Amino acid sequence: MSALNDLTAHELSELLGKREASAREVLEATCARIDEVEDNLAAYLLLTREEAERQASAVDERRARGEDLPALAGVPLALKDIFCTKGIETTCGSRILKGFVPPYDADVVERCRENGLVLVGKTNMDEFAMGSSTENSAFGVTHNPWDLERVPGGSSGGSAAAAAASSTIVALGTDTGGSIRQPASFCGVVGLKPTYGRISRYGVVAFASSLDQVGAITKDVRDCALMLNVLAGHDPRDSTSIAAPAPDYTRALVSELAGMRVGLVKEFMEYQGVGVDREVGAAVRGAVERFHELGAECGEVSLPHLNYSIPVYYLIAPAEASSNLARYDGVQYGYRTPEEGAADIIEMYRKTRDDGFGPEVKRRIMLGTYALSAGYYDAYYLKASQVRGLIRRDFDRAFEQYDILVGPTSPTVAFRLGEKTEDPIAMYLSDVCTIPVNMGGLPGMSLPCGFSPDGMPIGLQLVGRSLGEEALLRAAYAFEQTTDFHRRRAHSVRERNGRRCVVARASA
Amino acid sequence: MRLTPEQVEHVALLARLRLSEEERERFTTQLNSILEHFEQLQQLDTSGVPPMSHAVAMSNVFREDDPADPLTPEDALQNAPDRARDCFRVPRVIE
Amino acid sequence: MAKYRPNIGLEVHAELNTRTKVFCGCPTAVGAQPNTQVCPVCLGFPGVLPVLNRRVVEFALRAALAMNCEIVRPSIFERKGYYYPDLPKNFQISQKRAPLGRKGHLEVTVNGETKRVGIYDVHIEEDAAKLLHPEDDRGHSLVDFNRSGVPLLEIVSDPDMNSAAEAEAYMNAVRDMLLYLGISECRMEQGQLRFEASVSLRPEGESELGTRVEIKNLNSFRAVIGAVGYEIWRQSQALDSGEELVQETRLWDDERGATEPMRTKETAMDYRYFPEPDLTPLEVDDEWIGRIRAELPELAEARRRRLTEQHGLSDYDAGILTGDKVLADLFKATAAEGAPAKAAANWLTGEFLRLLKEGGLAAEQTRLEPKGLAELIGLVEKGAINAPAAKQVFGKLFERGGSPSEIVKELGLAQISDEGEIAGVVDGVIEEHPDAVENFHKGKEQALKFLVGQVMRKTRGRANPQLVNELLRKRIGGG
Repeated sequence: MSALNDLTAHELSELLGKREASAREVLEATCARIDEVEDNLAAYLLLTREEAERQASAVDERRARGEDLPALAGVPLALKDIFCTKGIETTCGSRILKGFVPPYDADVVERCRENGLVLVGKTNMDEFAMGSSTENSAFGVTHNPWDLERVPGGSSGGSAAAAAASSTIVALGTDTGGSIRQPASFCGVVGLKPTYGRISRYGVVAFASSLDQVGAITKDVRDCALMLNVLAGHDPRDSTSIAAPAPDYTRALVSELAGMRVGLVKEFMEYQGVGVDREVGAAVRGAVERFHELGAECGEVSLPHLNYSIPVYYLIAPAEASSNLARYDGVQYGYRTPEEGAADIIEMYRKTRDDGFGPEVKRRIMLGTYALSAGYYDAYYLKASQVRGLIRRDFDRAFEQYDILVGPTSPTVAFRLGEKTEDPIAMYLSDVCTIPVNMGGLPGMSLPCGFSPDGMPIGLQLVGRSLGEEALLRAAYAFEQTTDFHRRRAHSVRERNGRRCVVARASA
Repeated sequence: MRLTPEQVEHVALLARLRLSEEERERFTTQLNSILEHFEQLQQLDTSGVPPMSHAVAMSNVFREDDPADPLTPEDALQNAPDRARDCFRVPRVIE
Repeated sequence: MAKYRPNIGLEVHAELNTRTKVFCGCPTAVGAQPNTQVCPVCLGFPGVLPVLNRRVVEFALRAALAMNCEIVRPSIFERKGYYYPDLPKNFQISQKRAPLGRKGHLEVTVNGETKRVGIYDVHIEEDAAKLLHPEDDRGHSLVDFNRSGVPLLEIVSDPDMNSAAEAEAYMNAVRDMLLYLGISECRMEQGQLRFEASVSLRPEGESELGTRVEIKNLNSFRAVIGAVGYEIWRQSQALDSGEELVQETRLWDDERGATEPMRTKETAMDYRYFPEPDLTPLEVDDEWIGRIRAELPELAEARRRRLTEQHGLSDYDAGILTGDKVLADLFKATAAEGAPAKAAANWLTGEFLRLLKEGGLAAEQTRLEPKGLAELIGLVEKGAINAPAAKQVFGKLFERGGSPSEIVKELGLAQISDEGEIAGVVDGVIEEHPDAVENFHKGKEQALKFLVGQVMRKTRGRANPQLVNELLRKRIGGG
């Protein structure tokens, strides 16, 4: 039998409910895995073991008293370090927030606490979620558990790596241009970015406010639905939070797709004439075949304005970010460069921000500041906002014909560490399939649909209508039932080329 | 549109960043190559297309004028890099 | 001197008197200990979000409609970016491209003439924190965020004013309006009303506006009037000597009574406005506008005109009555209780103001109620009490409110109008003062006054003086 931490949340929920395992035991198994792999993986920035033990014990005590507990009570949780946690350091992967201890919890953190999830730690990420490889963290690089020489994707790379290595059971991430889906794809796990507004952004350190969305990274689709049940709902502290009540998403988990219309998006397979990697394309076409076998009507559809999504995204997101990150100036919290001699406020700001931010963050602040500056607003920011409207219109048209749209999550499997750090545009292009979904504010999901010949997972992306999470979950669940990709775990550690590695192995 | 190192320096001041000589050169090159890649947007006719500044169309979201508990001064100030007399302390601002 | 025609525009920033801040639930009371009215939102902490206070919109709508503005639909919030330690997010949430209201006007009276000043826009924004510059720590400033996020209404006029006197009249009109609408306390010493002016001069007869100079640091009416006057003088001197004026921002120095160029290092301001993604657009529908319009109180200027035209009050009385919102409301309500306008005006501009002055009180600190005053006026008209008694009753109403007829009873002030009762006193007085009667018979009218006085003394002022007069004349002959 597998170790407890290798199980899914719903499997653990059942064991815990039947008292065949305790929350303490599940936590111990998870912590043991962290101890085993963390040196190689570096998925976590901070472990909250004592707090976790208290939470797990509290769950066990409540269960012993016969209380009716929420489905995921006692399940270990990892939080991307972008979520504000009351009394627990929150850095967003940046030196400028080193030592910041929020006096408040993010809405989703409150929801997880209320549901009895056990927080084991805060995970690594690209600084301020700006990146696609987690190499932009101020606190070190996280490795892909399937191949330690490769990136886990980003920006929620720590969360995806931890879920894939079973050093947590479920994890939270955020997704501004693909930061949940792309690392989920690179690490062979399931990631869902819901409709913009479905989950509160309150207490989530902002990158690009009109694009940021919270979501879960899990080992399978059922866990994903269970987590969405925990996270989704209205929050009066977020003006953009959707008021409509959230359904029970597990009801969408049925194993057939009769009548569902599935459209393969041409521009996901080929951006500006450049196709995705061959093995990725093949796995995605194979998945479409599978949908067909499950009863769906499948076709191809073109959304022409998706060919502009990279420039649109890299104007809008940096513009918003340049404003959101203006507050990091060393006055109310966070890092400040010590004053020397006669200090001047402008110099204090510039030194603090120069020392506090990493190069990618500075590059985007520069780009965004320029795009909003006098004389350039119309040509850049306004133009990009208009094309964003055209992208959304393309989606609306496609959804007149199809219930869900599909394509690869990323044009490639996980790339090698350092491969793209010197070429910003090459790095930006790795989000080409995920970015348009944030532009439209639509729900998008990634789940494993195959492995490359060198053993790296390939992600399938599903995109739904606004508030169409149930259709995504239904399609994903039906598909997953026909595969075993989600049962493969990157969970054994052994020597390879003189280094301890976590390597992939199909579970029995 | 090509950015000069002087423009880059101006943008850095607007953004309160301080760039080293080397950074200024590198950013000038990189921003120019990014902006060049983005030139394709200008070819697209968007006349009459309304800008989309929000992902979901909503309007009139309010809170009522009901007071909520403020933070304690300790919670408010505990993260401050420099503080004095229950205030945040900064280098002198010349009025 | 009148070679140049000045054009003056004013920006007024008014703190709105809501209970809580514009984007968070922190209280707005002034004078609290530093950083005790703050939360993650108004401190600009990471990840927290603004949520718009509905009452701020209602208040701003009142002002926009009172100034006859077009309501912009949808109206949007934008971020105005600049770095300053009093700005916790280093951007201010404000409105620029789609303010709540625009294209309005306000009527002001200057030297008895009505002038219409155009309103360019009316919008909502958040106030900044307060900076303190301690004497004993000259290398540093301190930031108190209590004021951060207090709602501000910004009213931007067109450059329609042509003299400092017009600017003053406009500021008065704006202040009166805000007080009448009950949306700002307008306490200038607490910075609840702040101004920025722009002044440009053009040769008389020229239609193109001249070079515009903006003036900041204006914290009182006096400062605005001084700065505008100074700037008109300075610019006309410059134009006379053929100097080229530069478009710039200058600061008013209250002590020196002069403006001077700002010594800022900042290159041209570039605020990088863009739509605030964390707030939704504002769609004010017709129903909402209709409801606010229906609730709108009459503004000072309109009320002043109505008082003179319809109620026949003097300009002076009308001016006093509308100059203070509490006084004006008292007057309006007293008249609504059926009291004649003239009598109500007399009481309020006379005895009421005298008592206020004597007690060093503000109008809202008294207990006088419109109903009580109207009843008192009625008692006097019916002859139930005489004038001196009425003053006594008014004093009590001022102090503790209540019912005039009960006060009259309590103090035994009811006028004696019973002929028999008065006749008895009159007869007694005649008997006691035969010499006075004789003097009267000799034709000395003065003697009759003395006798009336004696009767009043004996009745402690309660006898109906008219009746006393009549009875005396009847008794001692002469009628």
